[in-house]
Formats: sequence, structure tokens, C-alpha cells
Amino acid sequence: MVHFIQTLLSGLSLGSIYALIALGYTMVYGIAKMLNFAHGDVIMIGAYAGIVIVAQLGMPPVAAIVLSVVICALLGMLIEYLAYKPLRQAPPLSVLITAIGVSYFLQNIALLIFGSQQKAYPTLFEVPDFTVGGVVVDGGTVLTLCTSAIIMVVLTFFINKTKLGKAMRAVSEDKAASALMGISVNRAITLTFAIGSALAAFASIFYGITYVYIKPTTGAMPGIKAFTAAVFGGIGSIPGAMLGGILLGMIEQFSKTYISTLWADAIVFGVLVLVLVVKPTGLLGRKISEKV
Amino acid sequence: MSEILKVSDLHVYYGSIHAVKGVSFEVHEGEVVTLIGANGAGKSTVLNTISGLLHPKTGSVSFDGHDLKGIAAHNIVRRGLAQVPEGRHVFLHMTVEENLEMGAFTQPNSTIESGIADVYERFPRLKERHKQVAGTLSGGEQQMLAMGRALMSRPKLLMLDEPSMGLAPLLVEQIFGIIRELHQSGTTILLVEQNAAAALSVADRGYVLETGRIVTSGTGAELLASPAIKKAYLGG
Ligand SMILES: Nc1ncnc2c1ncn2[C@@H]1O[C@H](COP(=O)(O)OP(=O)(O)OP(=O)(O)O)[C@@H](O)[C@H]1O
Ligand SMILES: [Mg+2]
Repeated sequence: MVHFIQTLLSGLSLGSIYALIALGYTMVYGIAKMLNFAHGDVIMIGAYAGIVIVAQLGMPPVAAIVLSVVICALLGMLIEYLAYKPLRQAPPLSVLITAIGVSYFLQNIALLIFGSQQKAYPTLFEVPDFTVGGVVVDGGTVLTLCTSAIIMVVLTFFINKTKLGKAMRAVSEDKAASALMGISVNRAITLTFAIGSALAAFASIFYGITYVYIKPTTGAMPGIKAFTAAVFGGIGSIPGAMLGGILLGMIEQFSKTYISTLWADAIVFGVLVLVLVVKPTGLLGRKISEKV
Repeated sequence: MSEILKVSDLHVYYGSIHAVKGVSFEVHEGEVVTLIGANGAGKSTVLNTISGLLHPKTGSVSFDGHDLKGIAAHNIVRRGLAQVPEGRHVFLHMTVEENLEMGAFTQPNSTIESGIADVYERFPRLKERHKQVAGTLSGGEQQMLAMGRALMSRPKLLMLDEPSMGLAPLLVEQIFGIIRELHQSGTTILLVEQNAAAALSVADRGYVLETGRIVTSGTGAELLASPAIKKAYLGG
């Protein structure tokens, strides 16, 4: 039972990291209809930013949080502006290849600056473990879980209730009609990249706290898993990305604990294939047919 | 009556396809002007060029005394020009009320509530369904929503692209009734239609577009009475 609760919590925590990253994929896909495969590498840049800010510049942990969010958001906007915006009218394949190019570019920049040796992410805060009813609970896990939950609640509120959030949804659905409403489509896309990348920065912090060691390819695996989570939940759907991320993290963690560490990833992707066979649009993917 | 919209010698291309070939016309304040023509005549192309979604190769569009050249579509709305696009294009995943809020994107937040109340007064059906997702509305209701949404920006000129498309006769009548009401309350309207009889009966003036060119113009009554128009557009 103790084992079960610990697995559940770490699964939820891992899942919420995936969910944060998956949100970036899904929001960008929703609005720009493209798969931003460089998204995982934004996490890696965010993690290095945290290392530089705390370990090399000696700034306080709060600065690491604020600055890595700012740096990632700016990076996301810059990537969109330089690499994707010129391709707004280009065929999807060109955009996809560009995204992969951006991904390698970021990895190699990191390789040049930081080398291939892994670096340790600083301890931003000492979160003590605590015991609830005889179960030892890892403090970092709970922190990740709670913070992610807050971020997702705030994001959901923003998207559903604010004028700007609604405008982003409008642009995701129909660009020409949005322009006719007076919404700047370009600005909405830029904002989406900024938000998605800011979420990736939070993911980088939680990733750093959980896994500690960072190298230039660090973003690749969580990136792919989170992309899977986004597809799992229904790409383009925000609650889908949250659900997909959480489920993926749970499946991975439970497989590791109860089945086999080696098989965990195979099981994760197996479940994805199964879901897509049964429901090709993903768990919460939707399609309302247009009325004529 | 002062001129609110003036289109001069407009030429619009899709790649190498010359879709609009030197179209000129004007709309005066308070008028309902209709642009009629068959499928592919270039009606939507003209409207989309006026609203800034498309850009002319040559020619000019002047609205409210200003040349719109080089102004992005989302900024043209701010100047008081609203378009209900062909096929309605409401935001299907958003509620009726959210659609209306998007229509008021350019308006100060303080005026949105009264704007929504005005639209509900004109379209009581929308009020009944204000929490409903637009994708679940009937075609006629979606058209009302698209019109209400455009009115939310309090436009000086409202452009309607085939508002009767795909609607049952009773609904078509209802939509044209609304256009009449809007006209009476002083709204200036540029109406694009294939349904020439209905359009000409509500319009002060009309232009007939054929393969990218204006071939005839006149008052609504004149065009309705013209034998050539009768033959080509009114089924006899
Ligand atoms: N995106 C496009 N690419 C290429 N050609 C186009 C495009 N849109 C329209 N056309 C062409 O331009 C011409 C005018 O089209 P337009 O849509 O303006 O006609 P319309 O009068 O609105 O017709 P309808 O009544 O069917 O809506 C047509 O010959 C059409 O095939
Ligand atoms: Mg048309």
C-alpha cells in the first residue's frame, strides 16, 4: 500500500511535468497547425539557464525561476519569428523539417557552450520529505505536483475566461474570421509560443529538481513523451494535454514499479497506439462537423 | 448623403487567375447596396479585398475618407468596417456569448455588455441559446450569430456575404427581414447575394457582377424591372 501511494504520487508528479510540456505542443499545434519539435529543447535551454543563473552567477533561486521563464518565453517567440513565421504559407512538411532543424540547432548551441559533459542542476529549494500516515512522501514530488496544478488552473482560467485567451481560441479555430473580428493573428501566435515556452521553463525547473543532471540532449526524451501525451489526450485540446500528460506519467511510473523499468517506455507507447486505434482523435480530441 | 466606401478600378488576382477586373462602385451612408452575380463572378473576392483579407494588384479602396492600402484586416475592423463572411464562419467551439464577445474585440470592455444586450434584442433566439456552443446551432441561427457578432463592433458599414446561402425559404425571409430592420435603424450595408430577387427588393441600389466586371447598375427597383436581369438572375 505504501509502495502504491508513493508510486501514485511520483507518477502524478512525472505526469504533471509531461502535462506542462504537452500543453506547449498542443497550444502551438492548435493555433499554428504545426508540430514544434524544437519544444523539448526549450526545456533543455531553460535547465541550462537555471544552472548558469544559480551555480555560475550566484543569483538566488527565485531569480532562476523568474529568469528561466523569461528566457524561455523570449526564446520561443524568437524561434517563431525567425524560423516559423516566414513559413506561414509553406507546406506542412517544410515546417516540420524546419522544426527538426531548430531542435538540432539548439542542441548544438548547447553542446558548443556547455560541452557534452552533463551538469548538475542546482538545488533551488530544500523541500523536506514528510510522513503522512506512515507513508514517506518526497517533498520535491509534492512541490512539483502542487505547482503544476496551480499553473494549469491559471492557464485554464486564462484560456477560457479572459478576452485574450478567448481570442487565442478564436484564432486556433478560424484565422480569417478572427482577423475580421480585429484580432491580430500574428500576435496571437506569438503569445501562444511565449506561453508554451514559459510552461516549458517550469517543466525544466521540475525536471532539474527531479533528475538533476542536464546535457544538451536532455530535452529530447521528455519532449517526445510529452508530444505523445499531447496526441494521447487529443492534439489541440488543452484539457487533453493535461489528462494525457498525467496518464502517461502514471502509466510510466506504475510500469516501472510493478512490471519492469526496461519495459516502461514500450508499455507507454503501446498504450498510445491502442488509444489511437480505438479513438484516432485522442482521448479528448474533438471534431464538430461544419454545418452547411 | 456622404460616401462611406469608394472602390476604384479594383484588380485582384489569385496567383495568375485574374478574378476581379476593374471593379468600381460606391456606397453612401445609410444605403443598402447589393452586389449580385452568379457563382464565381468575384463577389466574395471584392468583399475580402475591401476587408483586407486579400490585397488588390491595382486599384484602391477608400473607406470613410481614408485609403485602406496596406492596412491589415484586423486594423480595418477598428475603423468601423465589419464583414460577415460567406459560410458564416462562427467560432464553432465557442459559445454564442463568446462569439459575440469576439465580435467586440476592438471595443472597450465597458461597452460589451450593452452591445450583447442590443444583439439579443434583435435576435432573441441567440439569447435563448447564449450558453450553447455555436457548432450546435442550426444554420439559420449560425447566420444570426454571424450577423450579431459583426454588429458587436458597431460598424459604420456592414458587409454581408450571401447571408441567405443554404437556408430554407422561411429563414431566408427572416434574414432579409432583419436586413430591412437594420436599414431602417440607419445601418449602412453592402450585401452580396446570388438570390438577386430578394437582394434587389431590400436594396437602394445594386451592381451586377459578371466574371470579375460590373456589367449593370441601377436602383433596386430598376434592376428588378430590367428584362435582361430578369432573364439572367430572376429565373425568367
Ligand atoms: N483561393 C482561390 N484561389 C484561386 N482562385 C480562386 C480562389 N478563390 C476564388 N477563386 C476564383 O476567383 C473567382 C471569383 O471567386 P469568388 O469566390 O469571388 O466568387 P463569388 O462571386 O463569391 O462566387 P460564389 O457566389 O460562388 O460565392 C472564381 O473564378 C474562383 O474560382
Ligand atoms: Mg462568394
